[in-house]
Amino acid sequence: MTQAIQNLFWLLIFPGFVFTVCLGLVASWIVRKVSALVQWRVGPPFFQPFYDVAKLMGKEVLIPEAAQRVVFQVAPVVGLSGALLLSTMLWRITIDPTKLFVGDLIVAIYLMVLPSLALILGSSASASPHASLGTSREMKLVMGYELSLVLALIVVLIKSGGQLSLAAIAEQTPVLSISGLLAFLVALLCVQAKLGFVPFDIAEAETELGSGVLMEYSGALLAVWKLVHAMLLVALPLFLVTVFLGGFTGAFWAGIVKYVIVLVLLILIKNTNPRVRIDQAMKFFWSYCGVVMAVAIILAVIGNYYGISWL
Amino acid sequence: MSWKIWSLKKSVWVFHVNTGACNNCDIEIVDLLTPKFDVERLGIKLVGSPRHADALLVTGGVTRQAAPRLREVYRQTSKPCVVFAIGACACDKGIFTTGYHMVGPVDKIIKEIDPNAIIAYVPGCPPKPEAIISGVVTALSVL
Repeated sequence: MTQAIQNLFWLLIFPGFVFTVCLGLVASWIVRKVSALVQWRVGPPFFQPFYDVAKLMGKEVLIPEAAQRVVFQVAPVVGLSGALLLSTMLWRITIDPTKLFVGDLIVAIYLMVLPSLALILGSSASASPHASLGTSREMKLVMGYELSLVLALIVVLIKSGGQLSLAAIAEQTPVLSISGLLAFLVALLCVQAKLGFVPFDIAEAETELGSGVLMEYSGALLAVWKLVHAMLLVALPLFLVTVFLGGFTGAFWAGIVKYVIVLVLLILIKNTNPRVRIDQAMKFFWSYCGVVMAVAIILAVIGNYYGISWL
Repeated sequence: MSWKIWSLKKSVWVFHVNTGACNNCDIEIVDLLTPKFDVERLGIKLVGSPRHADALLVTGGVTRQAAPRLREVYRQTSKPCVVFAIGACACDKGIFTTGYHMVGPVDKIIKEIDPNAIIAYVPGCPPKPEAIISGVVTALSVL
């Protein structure tokens, strides 16, 4: 019984919902503020993301007549649950790596794709031509970056000697070798695409699709999507830090510095690149990143076989 | 004041509707987003879908073709929302008062489908960006 209450506490309060949402909204403020500074503007006040979510919660929820009502309303909750489980799992490993088994790399890969799948479901249920275009782009994008991301994680697996547990992976620092550095860079771009940031904001495409996949969402449902995005903004960089940069195993402040570095890298890529077309994005992930990852895997295998740690 | 109105004032997402303007008011609206005025510091953001919007910035006297579309966009906006008539044409048809293709100023079209709509007027040909910001702030303080 106490175990169940403690699990619920983990999920809903401390490393889970409340904590991650607050942190995620602060992170999305950082994204907007740094973007504004790059563009020589002042930028929004600190509590702006909180105001936005509060306002959306209070607004009317409109559902299009032709929409599949149930799928349209359930999809944001599915996305939220995926992001919630992912962030809780990663925080548990970060805070207390030795305590108990809470999940491994395979679970993390599945949970990371869940919000994208929910977004595809919800937007295709909304019966809007703009949203359907966004849906097809999002689907192609997921197919594009998943391959590169899994190849990058295979490099990590080779480095860790086949250890799947995230706590064991966090013990080592693959980024200090050549193959690990290549894998980290490719995984960073995949996370950029997962977050829907420029140059891979093809599915939202503010300029020609309105807001693409989120076109028909309003009020509280849109607020849930904003929360999902905020939570992913915490969970995905944290995942990169755990898998590639050695996690929080050293000093705790060093882990926070690593997280901020990854976040700032993502923001700088976002602000210095134009959006690519969907065919360019797929070509980029499959042809270029695929080849780079093949080379990285070969290097990692050679390094593992002959015991050369820097390969 | 309820928390809904309080948070609405803190974060106003605007959707831009052109109902037959000459583009002059539209350029002034785009001016608001430039680093010089930067309305994001007030929480104002331009969005691409009326479903996300809290305020409709309507420019231009409403032409016959545009009137049904303006009504549709207003119906698609989730309430509570504010309608801003930007520029002389949107407020009172401007120089097109006797134009054969004009069906009426923005407030008349909106009030046909929602008599209780909140409508704010920013006159000028075109209104300065400062005037638009002042109009938005005044309208929100009345809300």
